[in-house]
Amino acid sequence: MNRAIWAALIGHWRRNPLQWITLVAGLALGTALWAGVQAINAEARASYAAAAATLGETRFAMLRPTSGDAIAQDTYIALRRAGWDVSPLIEGRLRPSKESPVRLIGIDPLTAPMGLLPTPEGAQAEPTAFLTGPGQVFGPPDALDRLPATVTAARIAAPDVAPNTVITDIGVAQRLLGRAGKIDRLLLAPDQPLTRRPLAEIAPGLELIPPQESADMARLTDSFHLNLTAFGLLSFAVGLFIVHGAIGLAFEQRRAMLRNLRALGVPLPRLLALMALELAAFALIAGAIGVALGYGVAAALLPDVAASLRGLYGAEVSGSLALRPAWWLSGLALALGGTALAGAGALWSLARMPLLASAQPQARARALRPALQAALALGLLGLAWALALWGTGLRAGFVMLGALLLGGALALPPLLGVVLRLSQARAKGPVAQWFWADSRQQLPGLSLALMALLLAMAANVGVSTMVSSFRLTFTGFLDQRLAAELYVTAADARQAAAIEALADGPVRAVLPLMSVDTKIAGQPATLHGLRDDPTYRDNWRFLQSIPNAWDAFAKGEGVLINEQLYRRAALQLGDVIPLAQGLRLPIVGIYGDYGNPVGQVSLSESLFQKSFPQVAPRRFGLRLAPDQVPALQEELTQKIGLAENAMIDQAALKALSRSVFERTFAVTTALNLLTLAVAGFAMLMSLLTLAAMRLPQLAPVWALGLTRRRLALLDLARALVLAALTGALALPLGLALAWALLAVVNVEAFGWRLPMFLFPADYARLNLLALAAAALAALWPALQLARLPPAQLLGVFRNER
Amino acid sequence: MLLDLQGVEKTYPGADAPVLRGVSLRLAAGDMLALTGESGSGKSTLLHLAGGLDTADAGRVALAGTDLTGLSDAARAGLRRTTVGVIFQQFNLIPSLDVAANIAFQARLAGRHDPDKTAALAARLGLSAHLRKYPEQLSGGQQQRVAIARTLAAAPQLVLADEPTGNLDESTADGVFDLLCDLVAETGAGLVLVTHSTRLAAKLPRRAHLHAGVLT
Repeated sequence: MNRAIWAALIGHWRRNPLQWITLVAGLALGTALWAGVQAINAEARASYAAAAATLGETRFAMLRPTSGDAIAQDTYIALRRAGWDVSPLIEGRLRPSKESPVRLIGIDPLTAPMGLLPTPEGAQAEPTAFLTGPGQVFGPPDALDRLPATVTAARIAAPDVAPNTVITDIGVAQRLLGRAGKIDRLLLAPDQPLTRRPLAEIAPGLELIPPQESADMARLTDSFHLNLTAFGLLSFAVGLFIVHGAIGLAFEQRRAMLRNLRALGVPLPRLLALMALELAAFALIAGAIGVALGYGVAAALLPDVAASLRGLYGAEVSGSLALRPAWWLSGLALALGGTALAGAGALWSLARMPLLASAQPQARARALRPALQAALALGLLGLAWALALWGTGLRAGFVMLGALLLGGALALPPLLGVVLRLSQARAKGPVAQWFWADSRQQLPGLSLALMALLLAMAANVGVSTMVSSFRLTFTGFLDQRLAAELYVTAADARQAAAIEALADGPVRAVLPLMSVDTKIAGQPATLHGLRDDPTYRDNWRFLQSIPNAWDAFAKGEGVLINEQLYRRAALQLGDVIPLAQGLRLPIVGIYGDYGNPVGQVSLSESLFQKSFPQVAPRRFGLRLAPDQVPALQEELTQKIGLAENAMIDQAALKALSRSVFERTFAVTTALNLLTLAVAGFAMLMSLLTLAAMRLPQLAPVWALGLTRRRLALLDLARALVLAALTGALALPLGLALAWALLAVVNVEAFGWRLPMFLFPADYARLNLLALAAAALAALWPALQLARLPPAQLLGVFRNER
Repeated sequence: MLLDLQGVEKTYPGADAPVLRGVSLRLAAGDMLALTGESGSGKSTLLHLAGGLDTADAGRVALAGTDLTGLSDAARAGLRRTTVGVIFQQFNLIPSLDVAANIAFQARLAGRHDPDKTAALAARLGLSAHLRKYPEQLSGGQQQRVAIARTLAAAPQLVLADEPTGNLDESTADGVFDLLCDLVAETGAGLVLVTHSTRLAAKLPRRAHLHAGVLT
């Protein structure tokens, strides 16, 4: 019996291949974007884990010099003799080309804490080869490939090493970096002998840095990945609309067959089980295609994501993609789950369908009742509103976004129904009246595709508004914050002193940039020492400040904090915060600090030096006439031996910041466009599948004297009108989304709130794009209608329906 | 001559045999012809060719003096709007329009809409109480009366009715049939009515029978 039922069920798809393609393609496209985003996230997280394992300092306590100089070999030996279980580490960059330096870490394999040594791929490491001769270098294959030819050590692939990093013996590293006898850090084994002598006695120039939590980078980048995940889910939701539409349509078209099968004695549970099995098989096929496509999407987007993460957070993410079982299994599971969700309604209808139910396909039955749908929409929009007012936390922000988008999508068909009814009432001619009335009749069949289009367009408006608002704010911010014409980094105290002395020469002002990492009000933060200078007073814009804030700051009577710290630690102007031992000052100003993930406190130079005497300034901003910058760079190279890469002019720094910004949002833009493409596809498939169901509605009008060409043009116009109306409704929804992103999600995710700007030209362009997509989607069905043989239209009159 | 068919041939693609073989038929204004025949004998096809809904493979079809042979799609659509009214067995009302709009639809397309005449027709056909309803809310007999009202409101020269009572019970069918004939007779239009019922066919002054595509 199963075989007979199966043949009947599959026969439908054989006769309606387009519907099958719609179902599979919708699911595959939705899964592809989701799987692509998940692949990127998985790759990034694997990279963080590898980085944490490679660097060691996240897990091990370490000793580092307080003055910033390297540790001498003698100090290391003295510590070992005094009972300290320490292991030396040196770090530097090998620069095969200016663009992509490879990070080189040298360790001592004999004393390194357990778990720090790389695991070579396949072959075993040779301890003697690691330590002697030209040695061995371990790293991911792409990093090994980019090592300069001067590295003669054997290159051993070790995928567990952090991206863009290689590890070798410390002796080999010192030789390659040209820093013989130097050590950057000393890693401490977790268990130290109790009898060891105090650190201050043996190495007073070193400070002990306790181990950090290993998840720091993952936590820091969580919001970025959450944003990507939200986009992936949005795309998947758009895909689900297509699948839901295709399954619903297939069910409606098979009503007669299902009724007959039941009348012939097929038990309902068996029919339900076989249909569920059928859907599961399709979901697996679509899931496999989606995962393969997702791999392509991820491979295409990963380089931009890696650049963004590097620029924003300093996180190294591998630029190449690995096929992780957890990822592709989750893609398949999502396709199965999504199909179950989309098909549940159809199967439920089948379970409740009376044996003598109408055999006619009912487009209306496929949509929710308008009143119920409107009530649901209102409920969801109300929830979004309530969360906007009272919700806290990033997850609440995303729930609000979800409720807003879903509520908006559900509100679309009832709203379109009202607009079409009003248009019909105002229509003058019979054709116009029929056009609006027929559009209303098509609405239930098209509503899922239109909802998908609405979601994609609203996401586009929302995200482009956010990105463009961010871009405007960020550009203005860069102009304020990067006021110095040249930024230089001294290699040692001698160079630093020489740079300070420039203030007596061509340079109008020398602004030392000093900072220490600390915790303020329980939040990770950076403490900056700022020299009182018109550069800051003229350029920095406060979000809030007391009167004469700069004067209070210069006198050491208060500090300035960035917006991130103000929001995360719930600080207010006037709050007194502890900064260092015995130093507590009130907040006198709060400034915007876009692009920085952590909190920041700025205090006057004199107070900073008093509180942190061990921190000597190494980086400086130099104020001078812009046309004198090249000459000064030349002079700094010639007279004090400043390396070329230790100087960066303002224009280059701004360009670098902007490129990081653009690459960050390149991913978002690409996902945005892909989502719009999926929505366009949804519309095409809906129109194509509806085309066959529309013949009984079109044939009488044709018989009454409208040509097929005119009917086709009217169909094209209908798609354009519906897309335009959807676009018009997408605009307010998109702007609400933008507000939610800027005022809620960004504040929670990044700690800053951005002003919202409007970009009418962009919205107009998007609407034109959506109209073009709708026209393209409607063109094929319209052409089919224009060329439809009259015999097919006559078939409507001839056949019993 | 209102309708003039000469030696009309028609074969559907993929069919083994022609559906019409050299059919000739003439109908003057005011003529009322009942066309009978078995299923598949070509009755509906003949009606479709006469109404400009389909084209003949050979022979000549002329409607109100216009030769339909070689006429463009748009020109044939124009004739359907202004000269012919077709009533189908399945009613084929426009589901998205209410009864009033359905009745007025073809008349408005033809530019002959007269609200008073439409209202009078609706009253004659017992539809006055249903004008704001949609087709799906009506019974079969009511739907067919709407289809008749739609056709007659446009005042066509030729009415083509394809089994207009085929979906109705006998007493409803008789009522609808009589009303149709009376109304057509009042307008002076020609009528070609396809029916399986010899009883109903006998009520019309002219009768023709189609057998395997040949008119007898």
